[in-house]
Amino acid sequence: MSKELIRLAGCTMAFDDEIVLNKIELSIQDKEFLTLLGPSGCGKSTTLRIIGGFLSPTSGDVLFDGNRINDVPPYKRMVNTVFQRYALFPHLNVFENVAFGLRMGETVIEEQDGKQVRRKVKIPEEEIQSRVMEMLEIVNLGGFEKRRINQLSGGQQQRVAIARALVNRPKVLLLDEPLGALDLKLRKDMQNELKRIQKAMEITFVYVTHDQEEALAMSDTIVVMDKGSIQQVGTPEDIYNEPKNAFVADFIGESNIIDGIMRADGVVEIFNRKFQCLDGGFAKDEAVDVVIRPEDVDIVPVDQGQLKGTVTSVTFKGMQYDIIVDFYGFKWLIQTTDLCPVGSTIGIKIDPDGIHVMKKSRYSGMFGDYSSYSEEYDEINESQEGWDDEK
Amino acid sequence: MKSKLSWFSVPYVIWMAIVVVVPILIMAVYSVTTAEGALTGENFVGMGDYAGVFLRSFRLAIIATLVCLLIGYPVSYWMAKEGLRFQRVAMALIMLPMWMNFLLRTYSWMSILENHGLLNQFFQKVGIIGLYNSLTGQSIEYFTMLRTPGAVVLGMVYNYLPFMILPIYSVILKLDVSLLEAAQDLGASGAQVFRKVILPLSLPGVLSGVTMVFVPSVSTFAISRLLGGGTQMMLGDLIEQQFLGGAYNPHLGAAISMVMMVIVVVCMAVMNHFGEGEEQAVML
Ligand SMILES: Nc1ncnc2c1ncn2[C@@H]1O[C@H](COP(=O)(O)OP(=O)(O)OP(=O)(O)O)[C@@H](O)[C@H]1O
Ligand SMILES: [Mg+2]
Repeated sequence: MSKELIRLAGCTMAFDDEIVLNKIELSIQDKEFLTLLGPSGCGKSTTLRIIGGFLSPTSGDVLFDGNRINDVPPYKRMVNTVFQRYALFPHLNVFENVAFGLRMGETVIEEQDGKQVRRKVKIPEEEIQSRVMEMLEIVNLGGFEKRRINQLSGGQQQRVAIARALVNRPKVLLLDEPLGALDLKLRKDMQNELKRIQKAMEITFVYVTHDQEEALAMSDTIVVMDKGSIQQVGTPEDIYNEPKNAFVADFIGESNIIDGIMRADGVVEIFNRKFQCLDGGFAKDEAVDVVIRPEDVDIVPVDQGQLKGTVTSVTFKGMQYDIIVDFYGFKWLIQTTDLCPVGSTIGIKIDPDGIHVMKKSRYSGMFGDYSSYSEEYDEINESQEGWDDEK
Repeated sequence: MKSKLSWFSVPYVIWMAIVVVVPILIMAVYSVTTAEGALTGENFVGMGDYAGVFLRSFRLAIIATLVCLLIGYPVSYWMAKEGLRFQRVAMALIMLPMWMNFLLRTYSWMSILENHGLLNQFFQKVGIIGLYNSLTGQSIEYFTMLRTPGAVVLGMVYNYLPFMILPIYSVILKLDVSLLEAAQDLGASGAQVFRKVILPLSLPGVLSGVTMVFVPSVSTFAISRLLGGGTQMMLGDLIEQQFLGGAYNPHLGAAISMVMMVIVVVCMAVMNHFGEGEEQAVML
């Protein structure tokens, strides 16, 4: 059913010898909601600007419906952008802002001598009127046509920006952190709104964010990026449950990342203890990274536990407690609904599906350690237990 | 929103009163009185004789303003688009002449434009005058450039062009690049981006540029006297004559000044009214 709409084939982008995107391979399917997720400066906006046509990749190709569009200028692409800071025209009212693209005419692609020719066709005034009004209704801004942009709230400006892009019925809508400036409540509302619009209009969304919750909630596909490279592409569930490396595991949600050794398929050794897991396909005795999500750890009485540790800090988070537990000097974050007082010794149990084994990568050892999570508790609660106690 | 005057503004208000309001009031009183101090409307009635000077002043000032705009806008636009280093150099070049005395600059134009001045000598050497003669069958020795309306306009443009460039340049420089990208993104070609976004958003700069060129142009007297050589009398010269010159009549001079001021203020008010919407928008 799904069909590839955009493809970035080995796209590299360099600014004065500084490589910002490194041989990006990305396939975007028709009508999907794809999110580019990554920390600040990882190249999300740059990727978006390449798709929008504001940048031409230093090397590699941009394909749209199978045709190379590297040299097609932005105004001839069937792609529209919602800019990070909206970029609404201050000299035009709401109606004229939304009508701007329609007044520029519609791009039609024609075949001429086997080559693609893009031509602009004027849109009649009545059609402009009705399309703008219809769009303003969709984003709940009916009655605001005559308002000036500086008379709108942040959320309203945001919706004008979305309407202004969508009214052109683009094949693809690019959104660069569109909700970044909104407060939490409005953000959640707009997330639902955007998702609804995307479903209703059947448009491909390429969405940029550095908020992992937003990405998990909205996307069909998440692309996790770091330092100009794609780390993992997958559904939200894939990315969360089967992170490819320590970076992804750490960036998406909270994770404890521990050094382990793969003793056999389905058996991984952590802290000299064997644990059942569901992963396999590693060499015997291969060193690996093991990800354990804070919510996948069960707290049990000490004598029934696979491991035992000392609680060094407790933070009440409303839905649950975040507790930091010291296992042989390595601190884990565990989420639990039971209150475990600071200083108490607890046992833990982890089900096989709560253990995710990853190959070692250049991110190994950089993330997933909660030692610095709450230093003040550490100082009071110097752990006495040594690493060899369990042996 | 009007904020209340704070105590800090008191010195400023006093200063403005002394150097702006009081002189205008004195002029106003002068303009409606005779030398004996009696109230009269004669000064205004008698002004009809100088309609020609009024017309010439406004015509030349408008032409000079238009020329400044035609040169200044593209230059500002181009400057704002170039790299930072280029902008610095260009700015220095534009400011450089302004560090020289105004009269000195205007005098040097006289020696350039004279019948046997630099420019005519150059034309002679290069053979342009010979070419002209052979083409038209005339036999001139030089082009008459000094003492023409053109020379006066040239002087105005030369002296006031920076006042057109600077405000337009700074407005264009401050334009949000993402607005231009947004326009492109929405399907505007280069020319359309300029017409639909850059031009309307730079209008406030154009308005202040026009004001800053037009006002000194319409009231100039040195430029018209030096480059116009007395053949191009303008309002500034006329007024000067009433105060300092042979036709000593400060009351008439004051009346002409008042009329000129009113006309200029009305022109500016009308223009600013048209630009109001944009101005507000840019404040955003
Ligand atoms: N025009 C440019 N010239 C030089 N370097 C640039 C340019 N644009 C971006 N960069 C660099 O490219 C890198 C990636 O930038 P990009 O804007 O794509 O990051 P991002 O992932 O969108 O980050 P953020 O979440 O902060 O917006 C950054 O290191 C940035 O400094
Ligand atoms: Mg960005």
